[in-house]
Amino acid sequence: MIVKGHVEGLGERGDAMIRVENLVKEYKTKKGIIIGVDHVNVTIEKGEVFGIVGYSGAGKSSFIRCLNLLETPSNGEIYIDGVGLTSLSKQELRAARLKIGMIFQHFYLISAKTVAENIAFALKAANHPRKEINDRVHELLEMVGLADKAEVYPAQLSGGQKQRVGIARALANNPSVLLCDEATSALDPSTTKSILKLLKKINKELGITIVLITHEMEVVKEICDRVAVMQDGKFVEEGPVYEVFAHPQEELTKHFISSVLQFDLPAAIVEHCAGTIVKIQFKGAVAGEGVISDMLQQFNVKGNFLHGKIEYIQDIPLGIFIMELQGSSSAVADAISYLEKRTEQVEVIRDAA
Amino acid sequence: MPLDHIVSILPELNKAFFETLYMVGISLTVSIIVGLPLGILLFVTDRGLFLEQILVKNVVGFIVNLVRSVPFIILLVALIPFTNWLVGTTIGPTAASVALSVAAIPFFARVVETSIREIDKGVIEAAIAVGATPWMIIREVLLPEARPGIIQGATLTLISLIAYSAMAGIVGGGGVGDLAIRYGYYRYDNTIMFTTIIVLVLLVQVIQLAGDIFSKIVDKR
Ligand SMILES: Nc1ncnc2c1ncn2[C@@H]1O[C@H](COP(=O)(O)OP(=O)(O)OP(=O)(O)O)[C@@H](O)[C@H]1O
Ligand SMILES: [Mg+2]
Repeated sequence: MIVKGHVEGLGERGDAMIRVENLVKEYKTKKGIIIGVDHVNVTIEKGEVFGIVGYSGAGKSSFIRCLNLLETPSNGEIYIDGVGLTSLSKQELRAARLKIGMIFQHFYLISAKTVAENIAFALKAANHPRKEINDRVHELLEMVGLADKAEVYPAQLSGGQKQRVGIARALANNPSVLLCDEATSALDPSTTKSILKLLKKINKELGITIVLITHEMEVVKEICDRVAVMQDGKFVEEGPVYEVFAHPQEELTKHFISSVLQFDLPAAIVEHCAGTIVKIQFKGAVAGEGVISDMLQQFNVKGNFLHGKIEYIQDIPLGIFIMELQGSSSAVADAISYLEKRTEQVEVIRDAA
Repeated sequence: MPLDHIVSILPELNKAFFETLYMVGISLTVSIIVGLPLGILLFVTDRGLFLEQILVKNVVGFIVNLVRSVPFIILLVALIPFTNWLVGTTIGPTAASVALSVAAIPFFARVVETSIREIDKGVIEAAIAVGATPWMIIREVLLPEARPGIIQGATLTLISLIAYSAMAGIVGGGGVGDLAIRYGYYRYDNTIMFTTIIVLVLLVQVIQLAGDIFSKIVDKR
């Protein structure tokens, strides 16, 4: 049976897990009002991994902390699973927070409690019977791969292990949303990878919607479905990760992406080339190579690969090649317009000398 | 002979020693029972915290400062009527315990507040984010995290109480201080004077050592 529009928050936008409407967060300080979040509207779907990037001070933490009301919004409304948070009583808010897990850059574990006690703390908040707590704690420790660390104190753990405890604590009450504020920023690259893998697993196996803040595009590339770029409290660009990587609109976005997709050609090589240098971007690497060989056959130009890279974004390859094209100027122009038709993007880096 | 002299005074010294322990013990217990909740209250009602109540915070803070700004010797005298009403006498160790407790409560409350303030705000926020009640946060986050500091603070309070308890001797409070005043000050008996000093020094050293060890044991950071 299909019931339409009877449950508030379901209805038309049925699959929205998080809906942020017109969110404003201002901080009143002695030096005046500081804007943390400036009129942000966004809907995050159930099961999505939503990334937010931006430089320091852009308002990322302010935004994510509004999602569980750690920070009280100055204006606007947050709906989590259809429930508007700002009008809840203290008790209702506590109940809502059980379903919104959060992890932090600096973990914030209770240092005087063992790993197991830290996780049990979250379960006690939900009034779980003592008997069940033990079993659930071990189940959670198993899931994050720390079954042997139950009786250890946080000080004896590595950063990555502490974050795993943080994750176990956040997941204790089967939340529908997991908020991650720079969860991997204090970790080395390989530990970051393993934590991201765990988050991915949580997202896939438990269907938990994840909102993730980072300043590393690598992290976005690795696990996000959608990404928003934040600046001065606003979302200046937002879209599916692949699209944003392939066609960044804003300067800031391009700048972030260049940290992943960047390659500078050595000046000496550029000088050495007489022909036109183009940068070609393909969706799918294999297809790309085919297009180039077609182009070389059809037009009277010589191609010379200078650089190439295939980046996998959410397992979809995004190929980027830089090549030198030599031939008559009309042939080169024809070749380029052919490439433009068949590829994602062609950019002339330098015209023929 | 100083040694004979000390031996002859031993029963009295013994009595005085236990009187000191008695006064200090009562006062410490009272200051923990009252000061600990007050210290927690001072913290959790502060601006931006989970039980923010600026009025409560300011009133409690004011009273605490008020008591702390009165020199102990004046407090001792000023509290005589109150002491009389409460315990029915104004001399002896029980009477001295009243003034000692009143002085120690605000001291210990501030010690507790300071220890809790040292906890990373993030840890408290993480507990809020998990959906914990204020009571849970106090019991399972603030107190365990501040425990080493609170134990150090209790040690400090105890040592201050010993110093103050000696002053209580001036109004006939009993204890080692009383003994020192009676023999050392009124009778110029240096042997007794130095014996009491040695006893007090040893007592303070033992307490500090015990406090340090205990605080280290509970410190898991
Ligand atoms: N509690 C606060 N009081 C006053 N201003 C604040 C407060 N928290 C944040 N701000 C200000 O709000 C703005 C956004 O800060 P926010 O912490 O959200 O940035 P961020 O993007 O998370 O930065 P970072 O990458 O450094 O963590 C900054 O200008 C910051 O100074
Ligand atoms: Mg931040």
